[in-house]
Amino acid sequence: MVLKAFFPTCCASADSGLLVGRWVPEQGFAVVLAVVHFPFIPLQVRELLARVQRASQVGLAVLGTWCHRRREPEESLGRFLEGLGALFTHKPWLQLSREPDSRRWNCKVSSPGAPCGEDQVMLIFYDQRQVLLAQLHPPATLPDRRAGDATATAAEGGLAAVFHTVARSEALFQSDRFDEGPVRLTHWQSEGVEASILVELAKWASGPVCLLLSSLLSLLSWLSTWRLCRLCPLAFLCSKLCTCQQLRLRLQHLQLVFSTQKAEDPAQLMRKANTLVSVLLDVALGLALLSWLHREDRIGQLADALVPVADRVAEELQQLLEWLMGAPAGLKMNRALDQVLGRFFLYHIHLWISYIHLMSPFVERILWHVGLSACLGLTVALSLLSDILALLTFHIYCFYVYGARLYCLKVCGLSSLWRLFRGKKWNVLRQRVDSCSYDLDQLFIGTLLFTILLFLLPTTALYYLVFTLLRLLVVAVQGLIHLLVDLVNSLPLYSLGLRLCRPYRLAAGVKFRVLERESDGPLRLLMQINPLPYSHVVHNFRLPSCGCHPRQSWSSLCRKLFFGELIYPWRQRGDKQD
Amino acid sequence: MEDEQSFSDISGGRLSLQRRYYTQSCREFCLNCPRLSLRSLTAVTCTVWLVAYGLFALCENSMILSSAIFITLIGLLGYLHFVKIDQETLLIIDSLGIQMTSSYASGKESTTFIEMGKVKDIVINEAIYMKVIYYLCILLKDPLEPQEISQVVPVFQTCFIDLQCWRFGLIMNNFTIL
Repeated sequence: MVLKAFFPTCCASADSGLLVGRWVPEQGFAVVLAVVHFPFIPLQVRELLARVQRASQVGLAVLGTWCHRRREPEESLGRFLEGLGALFTHKPWLQLSREPDSRRWNCKVSSPGAPCGEDQVMLIFYDQRQVLLAQLHPPATLPDRRAGDATATAAEGGLAAVFHTVARSEALFQSDRFDEGPVRLTHWQSEGVEASILVELAKWASGPVCLLLSSLLSLLSWLSTWRLCRLCPLAFLCSKLCTCQQLRLRLQHLQLVFSTQKAEDPAQLMRKANTLVSVLLDVALGLALLSWLHREDRIGQLADALVPVADRVAEELQQLLEWLMGAPAGLKMNRALDQVLGRFFLYHIHLWISYIHLMSPFVERILWHVGLSACLGLTVALSLLSDILALLTFHIYCFYVYGARLYCLKVCGLSSLWRLFRGKKWNVLRQRVDSCSYDLDQLFIGTLLFTILLFLLPTTALYYLVFTLLRLLVVAVQGLIHLLVDLVNSLPLYSLGLRLCRPYRLAAGVKFRVLERESDGPLRLLMQINPLPYSHVVHNFRLPSCGCHPRQSWSSLCRKLFFGELIYPWRQRGDKQD
Repeated sequence: MEDEQSFSDISGGRLSLQRRYYTQSCREFCLNCPRLSLRSLTAVTCTVWLVAYGLFALCENSMILSSAIFITLIGLLGYLHFVKIDQETLLIIDSLGIQMTSSYASGKESTTFIEMGKVKDIVINEAIYMKVIYYLCILLKDPLEPQEISQVVPVFQTCFIDLQCWRFGLIMNNFTIL
């Protein structure tokens, strides 16, 4: 097998020394992590490697020598380096060297039993910082293995072993060039350990802040559960209103973000970060909306426009009912039933208009307070809008329920009497249709009722159709608002920003580029991180939404509409299914 | 060392295959697809603008013309960036893996690297699309069932060489990986 030597690009201009890293025999990988410079004491090098091995559970060793001749070729250095091979016994022993002022690289491997030749080595350069910070998706370990298992790490597939080695060896990268330690190393942090004052301050301040906020939030959630359990009608109302669901979801999110436990794995950390960014964006958009609403007394304008709009809708409905009570689309309705249903619905509209007019002096005050709620977030404002829409179109919902129940009764009656007409009946015990012999008077009354119901069907069906269409229109508008709310809730903005600005952090894999080759030098490749595509980022890191989507398929929806069963579009996750 | 050969694809365009031999363990195959033809571009643009002029004559609204220009530009940019593949490259590195790169006409490159441990075999598949065409694919192992095949990945996704099976096999005769 060809030996693959992974060499960090930061060490390409380092002085001569020893190569330190990990050897993976199954794939023939020699992952070089750092270069140890002269002078050094072999015992101290061995102690450092043992210390790092204890901290990281990754087996490190001295892999070979590195020779970077800056001036004229130094023969003594060459012989000294060869002598080191006897001191640090490692099979195979790697000897890398680089000519001064040229691109010539030389690579020799001596392993027991195999002839040493140049064709047996491949040099792969990698950026140590990027490989350290990158997370591979999907992860290489299978779900039934624990991450800390030392034996599992050796069996990891392929290149994931390289990533794992670099990521776990952070203890080796702690010392930099300015430290006065016994061993001088060159690695990606050797110019000075990377750190940021802001990050350190934030970490120091986050402890007490998280503690305070998490205690406040737990108090809030305890309060909400206590009050709601006591007052039954309030609990029912809260389960139906979108705003309460959204507020509960946001409370959960805030509890997750400000919890005092540290994130156990990178996925949880990403989720926390995504949730925080989502909450911040929500509040920012809400404040923008608030400032826009309050700027030119738009709330007053909205309040002034609201009552006339509700009046207008009621007028349109009245005209619609008058049309239905006449001869709609040229169809001839049953006069009596038509008049009854039409007058019944007209009276409802009249009641509704009276309520709206009763409420009109308070509308502006209510709207002003509702507008204030936008500072809790744009999603809360949109949920409130959806709830207000539902309340304003409550009469349409009532009409739909009346029409659907009437139609449903009619269809049930018709199907049962149709069975009687044919001489069959429904066997409840066996759950099937059985033949049955009826008496003459049963047949007579049954057929009479069947005829009556059949000829009254068009009228009821028309009313049902019209009100179902109106209801579906309102549901569609509410659905759009919910979609927008869901988008703001579940979009992983932090991950998208990371993919945009630091694409190497989210890695889908690697890619190789062949570097130009000298005539008899080894093959040199550059390994780069292949970032995750945006669609995969959204799919992997999507935050769980509140699950308010309709779970029915189109065919079941059509079936329900045909038989007059009521449609409940926004079933919450905890509700019983009917 | 490099060498180049040219073929025709199933719709008559010119394709050229370049083979580069870096070392005994590293080889690269580059397939250049036929470029965007001026004729088809002109035809599409003329159609869109004729329709726009027709609508403008009906409605007398100059927004239609500006939106037609906008649509043409955005459509062309989108086509060049997301659809039109200029070149497909296959890089084979012994005992490391196989890398497939597609370069789009706008310069975007999309790369996939498959590790050698996941590759089960490389086969030539036949498909019937008006006539029989042959394409190369890589069979991937299932991680849980080593004897099963989990996925079939076609190598050159957009360029289909119109050749007999055995001639194609002769061209790809340096696959001595497995």
